[in-house]
Amino acid sequence: MSTTQQTNRATAIVGDVAQWTEDRTSASKAVREFGRKIFPSHWSFMLGEVALYSFVILVLTGTFLTFWFKPAMAEVIYNGPWTPLRGVTISEAYQSTLEISFEVRGGLFIRQMHHWAALLFMAGLSIHALRVFFTGAFRKPRELNWVIGIVLSMVGLGAGFTGYSLPDDLLSGNGLRIIDGLLKSIPLVGTYISFFLFGGEFPGIDIVSRLYSLHIMILPAVLIALIGVHMMFLVIHKHTHWAGPGHTEKNVVGEPVLPSFAAKAGGFFFMIFAVIAFISALFTTNPIWNYGPYDPSPVSAGTQPDWYVGWADGILRIMPGWMEFYIFGYPISLNINIAIIIMMGFWGIAAIWPWIESWLLKDRREHHILDRPRNAPTRTALGVAAVVWYAVMWAGASGDLVAVFFHMSLNDMIYIFRVLFIVGPFIAFFLTRRICISLQRKDRELVLHGHESGHIIRLPHGEFQERHIPLTPHESWKLTAFEAPPAIPAQPGAKGKVSGLERVRAAMAKYFYEERVTPVTKAELDAAHGDHHGEVEGDDHRDHSAGLEK
Amino acid sequence: MKLLAARRRHPMALVVLLLVGMLLTGGAYSLFTGNTTANAEEYSTAQVEEGQKLFVSNCATCHGMNAEGSENGPSLIGVGAAAVDFQVSTGRMPLQMHGPQAQVKEPQFSEEEIAAMAGYVASLGPGPAVPDEEWLNTAEGDSAAGGGLFRTNCAMCHNVVGSGGALTRGKYAPNLSEVSEKHLYEAMQTGPQNMPIFNDANLTPEEKRDVITYVREVSETPSAGGFKLGSLGPVAEGLFIWFFGLAGVIGITVWLTARSK
Repeated sequence: MSTTQQTNRATAIVGDVAQWTEDRTSASKAVREFGRKIFPSHWSFMLGEVALYSFVILVLTGTFLTFWFKPAMAEVIYNGPWTPLRGVTISEAYQSTLEISFEVRGGLFIRQMHHWAALLFMAGLSIHALRVFFTGAFRKPRELNWVIGIVLSMVGLGAGFTGYSLPDDLLSGNGLRIIDGLLKSIPLVGTYISFFLFGGEFPGIDIVSRLYSLHIMILPAVLIALIGVHMMFLVIHKHTHWAGPGHTEKNVVGEPVLPSFAAKAGGFFFMIFAVIAFISALFTTNPIWNYGPYDPSPVSAGTQPDWYVGWADGILRIMPGWMEFYIFGYPISLNINIAIIIMMGFWGIAAIWPWIESWLLKDRREHHILDRPRNAPTRTALGVAAVVWYAVMWAGASGDLVAVFFHMSLNDMIYIFRVLFIVGPFIAFFLTRRICISLQRKDRELVLHGHESGHIIRLPHGEFQERHIPLTPHESWKLTAFEAPPAIPAQPGAKGKVSGLERVRAAMAKYFYEERVTPVTKAELDAAHGDHHGEVEGDDHRDHSAGLEK
Repeated sequence: MKLLAARRRHPMALVVLLLVGMLLTGGAYSLFTGNTTANAEEYSTAQVEEGQKLFVSNCATCHGMNAEGSENGPSLIGVGAAAVDFQVSTGRMPLQMHGPQAQVKEPQFSEEEIAAMAGYVASLGPGPAVPDEEWLNTAEGDSAAGGGLFRTNCAMCHNVVGSGGALTRGKYAPNLSEVSEKHLYEAMQTGPQNMPIFNDANLTPEEKRDVITYVREVSETPSAGGFKLGSLGPVAEGLFIWFFGLAGVIGITVWLTARSK
């Protein structure tokens, strides 16, 4: 009895507070609206959250670090607890990072959390982008949000790199040296840009404070703004969902934000926090005390950037020297420029891919139901080719470690990466497309004939047959609810002429989309069930590739 | 004097003068730089004889009957006792097989046998001796000075904390964390495999001791940040975050979105 009264009183207090707030803010409308937003439940839809929550952790831990970090390059003599550096002249930036690591209570833990969170942020961002690409979630109306995502990955890389360069240790200084080289390799204006950035000849005494402004103010502000727009678009467009009974292009099937999704997402934030805290407590990252102060002369073996810059480093490592040549006595360092060209090309093509795809297929419709990757064989194959290409460049950056670890010759590693750089994406494309089409055919088989039961029966006239178990309606839905858009031949334009561009489009579309496996139609399904093909194997005279149009 | 004055315009006078000058500077150089050289005097005649027997039966196939070298192995005349001690007591010699680089393995000889062989090789010509204990005492060394020397002279192959690294065509700079003080010193002194020689004019014995102190200190100080992931830098960290961090997080997403049964 008394418990009920207490509960009533508590409820009344909450009610009063809520009413008080409502009278002054009219927040209930927004809460009701947002609380009813629907989020479909699938593990792959939570990958973007990994990046988002890592970013929150980055802001929290980064703020802590700013209380102690000194972004200055004045020289001081180190006198702290790390004996291998005692008495060495180092910069204030390096000295304060050592102080955070060894003298500030909890400093090393927070520093490691900041670094591990940065690595996880970029990994989460990448895997989220891959999910969006391979499921076709970038299609109309979400093209702009896809572009924002690409820009986020570029800005994220910049934010990470500027942070990596702040401690002014040997490793980060060598990274900056490469940036200096990249800038100076730009024809005509390169030297000016480098001098502008470094405030004179590399390394100068200005770079750390400049990178600091970029790292703690400008780039995070850009990131927060872009993430805000990214999330706003997510709410405006509503979330995509997988095909399923009752799932259409006009609805979203899932859980409302309040209470279940918010609880899950909130809990997920703390789990990400816990994972990063656990890793940071147990595993060293970027032990700057080992690297020593930056000095332009020494370069350590195993000098690599953080993983998300690795592909740029890899390009530089695998490019042959003959790509640098002279025109009228002026050096053209294509072996260096190529890194910038490839990265910009990679990001650029990724950014415009939604338009390329809709142009190739002449598809201007909205898409809210996702593709299973196998049901878009060409897109999936191109995506895997891009991943392989990226991975080759990425692995190229660690060629020296791979060589030592696997007892290979470093020279051979470079040759292998050069070959893979060229042929790897092609092999990946053809293999992936074949695998996707095969998987689609397997799906057709399953829908038409059911699962193999392993149950052999013998008929009265002596024939052996295997009983097949028909699919449940849910399973059949999943395997048949997709589109296999045909390649549209070249169409004449307004004046009745077929333009050259249209010819190119038609040729590309033919190559990309001609070979396709169409979903099982109702007629095919009825036919399969009607003559009991669903139960009998080996007695099947139907053409298995009936759905394959060539 | 008159004789000398009469010959001073002789065509050969310049040659003789040059020769005398070179001999003088060369002699003075070797006198003042004072490379720690060992000669057979440190080793007894019995040891040298024993060493020669061991040499002939175990090393001469490649290095020649009189250590003069062959197409399969370099001459050992003048390499000194330190080189023998390093190569044989780390198991690099006798060579297990031909390859880009001699591999470390269990030593094949006892300490006495190694000392005997070192004595024999030292008797063939002056060369670096096995270092005195005083240069191996890391309590006397300065790790901060050693760290500076290490970053400038060693880190480009061995990595900043001596984790090792790749060289060309399958050769590599080994990990130094388990290498003894004596072997570190001998390696600097004799330049085994592809390593350059850091003789006493290059790095004084004190400086070598500082380098050794630094290597010992960074490999023996417990890691402040937790497991070191091989001290290999960002590549190991990147692999870790993908294959443990992100994989773990994906596991959590699958768990969170799993339907209750």
